[in-house]
Amino acid sequence: MTLIAIALIGLPFALAAAGTAWVRITNLAMLFVFLSLGLNIVVGFAGLLDLGYIAFYAVGAYVYALLASPHFNLHLPFWIILPIGALVACLFGVLLGAPTLKLRGDYLAIVTLGFGEIVRIFLNNLSQPVNITNGPQGISRIDPFRLGTFSFSRTETIFDLQFSGPIKYYYILLVLLLLVIAVNLRLQHSRIGRAWEAVREDEIAARAMGINTTRIKLLAFAMGASFGGVAGGMFAAIQGFISPESFVLVESVMVLSMVVLGGMGNVWGVVLGAVLLSFVPELLRYTVEPLQKSLFGKSIVDPEVIRMLLFGLALVLMMLYRPAGLLPSAVRKRELKGSAK
Amino acid sequence: MSARQEQGPGAPSSGDAAGGGVLLECARLDKRYGGVLALAEIEFSIHRREIYGLIGPNGAGKTTLFNALTGIYPAEAGGFRFDGNSLSGLAPDQIAARGIARTFQNIRLFGNLSALDNVMIGRHVRTRTGVFGAVLRTRAALEEEAAIEKRALELLRYVGIAARANEVARQLPYGDQRRLEIARALATEPKLLALDEPAAGMNATETAELKQLLLRIRADGITILLIEHDMKLVMGLCDRVLVLDYGRKIAEGAPREVQRNPRVIEAYLGGAIAEAPAA
Repeated sequence: MTLIAIALIGLPFALAAAGTAWVRITNLAMLFVFLSLGLNIVVGFAGLLDLGYIAFYAVGAYVYALLASPHFNLHLPFWIILPIGALVACLFGVLLGAPTLKLRGDYLAIVTLGFGEIVRIFLNNLSQPVNITNGPQGISRIDPFRLGTFSFSRTETIFDLQFSGPIKYYYILLVLLLLVIAVNLRLQHSRIGRAWEAVREDEIAARAMGINTTRIKLLAFAMGASFGGVAGGMFAAIQGFISPESFVLVESVMVLSMVVLGGMGNVWGVVLGAVLLSFVPELLRYTVEPLQKSLFGKSIVDPEVIRMLLFGLALVLMMLYRPAGLLPSAVRKRELKGSAK
Repeated sequence: MSARQEQGPGAPSSGDAAGGGVLLECARLDKRYGGVLALAEIEFSIHRREIYGLIGPNGAGKTTLFNALTGIYPAEAGGFRFDGNSLSGLAPDQIAARGIARTFQNIRLFGNLSALDNVMIGRHVRTRTGVFGAVLRTRAALEEEAAIEKRALELLRYVGIAARANEVARQLPYGDQRRLEIARALATEPKLLALDEPAAGMNATETAELKQLLLRIRADGITILLIEHDMKLVMGLCDRVLVLDYGRKIAEGAPREVQRNPRVIEAYLGGAIAEAPAA
């Protein structure tokens, strides 16, 4: 336990030695862990397939960008905006959840997919007649986190240690992430978590047992969405620039893949899935090209192609050997075994 | 908690006070599926602490009546009064909260969860921990969680499957799954327990044990509405019986009377019984 803690605290400095880019990559990976844990509530716990989850990330990011950038010349502090972003995303979650309460499986997936696209298209087009989102150009020069005069984007030297911007964000993300993990774990083993499980297993039986399935499903949507909103706000602050392009369908699919690969419903599995799927492509990016250059003298295959190839291969292998995920939840494992029988 | 009984499902207080009053009243109930009248003008009432049987040939509308009662498929006309209040327009979870719990003909357990989890879910409607309590692990939440688990274990013991608490519901033997469904229903603290063919698929020994269990549940103050095809069980257990055929009530009364009712015999054995050649 202490070893892990020391490793997590020391990690950014080790990464910084390899290049600040790696700290940034790690931060992005942590955002994806954050997102996956949010989606895990909806998909893993309550069993509601959501293919438009990235919309909440977008909502959170845009709320932050609009309230802390020269775009509207608003510069609210981050500790006010993040909760607002969570709240607005939560509202969108209910907005999506309410009309889809009666849907399950494929049908729900299609509606959520549409929802995700609608949000992105709105962001893309809300530049006229009143310029709200600045359309496809996106919003730039977004404020970093700031506490008084302490800015999270500047590099500072404390005790001979260089704290670069990304390193500071790393620690914020780490703290938030631990909180989110704790929330996930505690919810899972509670009255609420059991109600979600009941809804996932058999909705009619759940209702007959006195569970208000409407409320419990909306709760899952709302909670998942607000996590997405907070992650979005962090994303906007860290990047300093956002545009609708960051919130395309592929991103939703990516987050869902992280949840599924790691093991739906198992918090640690989801963390592992998100970390793997965030890092491996980056590793490839940094190894595939130099490797080809040194072997053949030129780059033959684009790293992006290799990445997709491996991604596909990984999914096929997973379905064959670990259909319930790398670290499956006990319940999912039983479920899949049962259906195979 | 009460000294009166240690592990019983806990009799609702109103049951004792009102003695033999009416618990459930069904008035002119109609239920349609498209053009088919599945239930027509059904009327009956169940007294407190009664074991009330609901019988009839396949397709007579017994399960339809259960679904109407528990709000899963509400009726078009007429309705139920339960414990003095109308159930019209209530959702299934609200009806469960009022004190009606049911089991299902084709067992609907939360199959991938443990037996214990199944019963703990039954406690949902009588407990209140929300998101904040669960996340912050407030004292109230922790205490409630412990109470939920304790109660669930008691109920598993009560129906006789305590040893299987941690086994996956789906993998339990058939008879135990039926018992588990009863335990889960009891966890909601019902005043009326509606059982849809609890003895289906059970052997003679299991059925006899089930009978003892149901008698014990009644003795603990819970009224039972029972759909059952095992006539021996119905006749030996029920105080009164309602017979349905093609969605209509054809007889009601003590099991012995009903058994001799020519309309009932006709419904069960077919109108042409006299001419039918002995097989």
